[in-house]
Amino acid sequence: MTPVHDIYRILPEVIFALTGVAIMLIDASLPPSWPRRPLGWVAAIGTTIALWASLWQLSLPEGTGFFSTVETSAFTVFFHVLICGIVLVALLLSLDALPEDTHHQGEFYALIVFGAVGMCLLTGAVELLVAFIALEISSISTYILAGWRKHTGRGPEAAIKYFLLGSFATAFLLYGIALVFGATGTTQIYQIAQLAPAAQNQSLIIAALALMLVGILFKVSAAPFHVWTPDVYEGAPSPVVALLSTAPKAAAFALLLRVVYEMFPNLHYLWAPLLWIVAVLSMTVGNLAALRQQNVKRMLAYSAIAHAGYLLAAFAGIGEIGIAAAAFYIAAYAAMNVGIFAVVTLVAGYDEQLSLIDDYRGLVYRSPLLGSLLIFFLISLIGIPFTGGFFGKFYSFSAAVGGGAIWLAVIGLLNSGLAAAYYLRLVVVAAQRPLLDSSSDASADSAFAAAPRPAVGAAVIAAVFLAVAATLVLGIIPGATLDAAQSAAHTLQAPPQTTVPAVADPAPPAR
Amino acid sequence: MSAFDPIILTLILLVPLAGAILIALLPDRAKLPNWIALITTLFTFLLTLHLPAHFNTGQPGFQFERNIPWIESPAIFYHVGVDGLSLWLVVLVGLLAPVGVVASWNAIQTRRKVYYALFLVQQTAMFGVFISLDLMLYYGFWELSLVPMAILIAMYGRKDGPRAALKFFLFTFIPSAPLLVAILWLYAKTGTFNFADLQYQTASGVLPASALYWVALAFLFAFAVKVPVFPLHGWLADTYSEAPVALAMVVAGKLGLYSMIRFHVGLFPAQARAIAPLLIALAVIGILYGACLALIQRDFWRLMAFAALSHLSLIVLAIYGLTFLGWASGVYQILSHGVVDAALFLLLGALEIRFASTAINSYGGLAAKLPHAATYFVIASLAMIGLPMLSGFVGEFIILSSTFAGVSRPWAVAATVGVILGAAYMLSLVQKIFYGPESAQTASKPSADLRFRELAILTPLVVLMLVMGLAPDLWLNTIRTGVHPPQAVESPQQSLQQIDQNSSATPSPTPTSSEAQR
Repeated sequence: MTPVHDIYRILPEVIFALTGVAIMLIDASLPPSWPRRPLGWVAAIGTTIALWASLWQLSLPEGTGFFSTVETSAFTVFFHVLICGIVLVALLLSLDALPEDTHHQGEFYALIVFGAVGMCLLTGAVELLVAFIALEISSISTYILAGWRKHTGRGPEAAIKYFLLGSFATAFLLYGIALVFGATGTTQIYQIAQLAPAAQNQSLIIAALALMLVGILFKVSAAPFHVWTPDVYEGAPSPVVALLSTAPKAAAFALLLRVVYEMFPNLHYLWAPLLWIVAVLSMTVGNLAALRQQNVKRMLAYSAIAHAGYLLAAFAGIGEIGIAAAAFYIAAYAAMNVGIFAVVTLVAGYDEQLSLIDDYRGLVYRSPLLGSLLIFFLISLIGIPFTGGFFGKFYSFSAAVGGGAIWLAVIGLLNSGLAAAYYLRLVVVAAQRPLLDSSSDASADSAFAAAPRPAVGAAVIAAVFLAVAATLVLGIIPGATLDAAQSAAHTLQAPPQTTVPAVADPAPPAR
Repeated sequence: MSAFDPIILTLILLVPLAGAILIALLPDRAKLPNWIALITTLFTFLLTLHLPAHFNTGQPGFQFERNIPWIESPAIFYHVGVDGLSLWLVVLVGLLAPVGVVASWNAIQTRRKVYYALFLVQQTAMFGVFISLDLMLYYGFWELSLVPMAILIAMYGRKDGPRAALKFFLFTFIPSAPLLVAILWLYAKTGTFNFADLQYQTASGVLPASALYWVALAFLFAFAVKVPVFPLHGWLADTYSEAPVALAMVVAGKLGLYSMIRFHVGLFPAQARAIAPLLIALAVIGILYGACLALIQRDFWRLMAFAALSHLSLIVLAIYGLTFLGWASGVYQILSHGVVDAALFLLLGALEIRFASTAINSYGGLAAKLPHAATYFVIASLAMIGLPMLSGFVGEFIILSSTFAGVSRPWAVAATVGVILGAAYMLSLVQKIFYGPESAQTASKPSADLRFRELAILTPLVVLMLVMGLAPDLWLNTIRTGVHPPQAVESPQQSLQQIDQNSSATPSPTPTSSEAQR
């Protein structure tokens, strides 16, 4: 019937799902004494294939499948590739960072892959119920992953907090969807976009928008919906946080872009000031709280909240410019944040004996390579030119300035000055000479010696290399990524004319 | 035209970077990083000398230009070039780099690899600031120059490096936030980052004047902190007393002053004229305040910091006098100050290594023990004070005389008092360190006079001070083409040209003689 078979519209998701099922089956059929590490490689290979499949989707004509519920376009491909890349780095990182005797290692990899199914589907969904289900798939995987270190008190605490607050937030989202359905009689995003302006009960639509924003802003950990973030980041294993702080956020931002720019573009006058306030709150609250943290992962959690704020500044941009800036920022943020959590994983180890900022003292002297990587990613987070962080901020704030929100840009940039203080604190501590008085030196040394050094294997090197390369490429030659972000923005602004995929295009389904 | 011309500036940018990467890759064995850094910086210096050698003085505008699209949207170009304004500043950075390496030779004993690699990155960033003609590229290098500096201060600070580094970084990083917003606003309104285009647009009056006022203020604020100008100098003393000698030489002045001339006065002439009285007042306060504080310092690095505040404020006064003569002498004074400061820092650094103290009163009577050091120090101090025939005189004299004639007599008189105070603190420093009875601390330590390496780098500096004092036209001619283009009918310069004509009666010997030569 359709020139493009529906299955190709969700090819990466299908590959992820098959990989996950395969891992579960192999895991169950292997004798318990066998090492589970190869399963991680299976997951990594599956992710690579999914990455390739996402890129291949670019050759498909843009359009929707499965009764107009999922879409492939430059927009979805951009986020698919991004999510696949993040998942790949997180998998490579876990491969070396997880100790050999970790319980249920096979399921760990399977859950990451299943989470990726949800995140990819979320970016491709153009039907609110599919989006909701995708969000749940990704959330439930991450809830479980967050509590993986069962033997610590913090692990289960993190998982339960994340789960309770997360379910609460998704309930808001679901309420919003229900109200939209009530007002327009459909859950298909393009149809809602057409019907919503003419809907009789506008207050219903506005309530729906507000509820959906609450749900989504929770997922991107924007203030005032951010309280879960530091606890979860602190309790979850670092490789999981590398994933948690980037991929689900990227997916949620994709949904947010769809909701505000594609579904309710006519309510711009409502959501733009709302997001303005949330952006300012997020950066200010995040940065102020981060200044006071002693624990590295909590500090990075608050920094992530602040970055959500910088990103939301892009939403003040007009149309395509704002979308492209937001998409670029997500990519830059993902690259550097995955990188810094990779470094944190390597420094602290799976069990995290070294979690305080003071424990990083003298890192540059003890391990010059790790130290310089840490400083490199922190510099990118500060937003120094020639790193991805700079162009991320640059595009985001220039979108805001272009959209007339000059004060937002000023507040944002002053905030990034404030943020430099705590990032630099870590840089300075890492660059300090180790303490010279014998007692504390001995204890610090012993702490370092006691920390089980994760095997720095090929996987971790590849993971860190990917993150460094991405951060540098985004900082020095951002052109290609920006082009991709712009074509993504373009497809979001100019959706396919026909919502039914009956395109009279005789293109063969596959090459 | 030489075959090098189109790529020379790119080479100058890339050679230090390549040296940094080489140092990072090779092992940290013995003095290997030192030698690589020395060779790299000397080679870079030779490259920078290519610029004045092939610079066409008669030709206005930018030379050795290169304009390649870098990023499509927003339209950022790799646009570099030098004119008379930046030409000698590039050479100055090139000259100070090997001086810095020699100054660090024995001072830096640990982690040489990190130190020299970051030192070279810092060179690239500073070259980049001086040659960038694309505002975004410029901003990139401007920010980049902070990072190696902050890390090096944190790692190699004398007592409390991390705190000083944090202070320095925040002081200079936070004002660059409004600067970026201002640059973005300009881009949003004009669609270009190109310096020449922007200069045209700001002068043409299409941009709303009230907004331009704030934009110009944001530019000025960032530059004033970096110079620093009087109330914004909080970071200076701590940075001077903590930073390694080689970095303290370059941390203040040049970048900010150059940016003021090029990007504040150059881009926003009308706004600069509106705010000039304020800056003249602040500059004079800075001259006097810095000099007074320098008089009472007990630590010689802090003394140098406040002396720098005083001298840099004099240059700010020259810039905001808004006369072509003032600008040319201001640039000349940046050069002179750079050379003199480098020599003084090198000598004070050498003393610190030998006697492990930075307190002035722990020294005394060194002239007998270290005759060479004493001679060079006295010459450099005299150059700093502004003794005729030495480099400091020319700039100071023209600045003061043009201020007196063209700007305001009371301010000029007040500034001159600051110059007298300058003589007081420098001469008392010389007297306390090198003459008088020998102190217990210096007597207790056997110490050799300057070594060959130190002499080899100090002698050219001192000769340079003498040449700059005797034949300033060698430099002033080129500088003048930069600040006073012959086709000065260019719109942005027009308003300023009038001021210059008013002050063209300035009685100063140098310009007339150079005019005659041309």
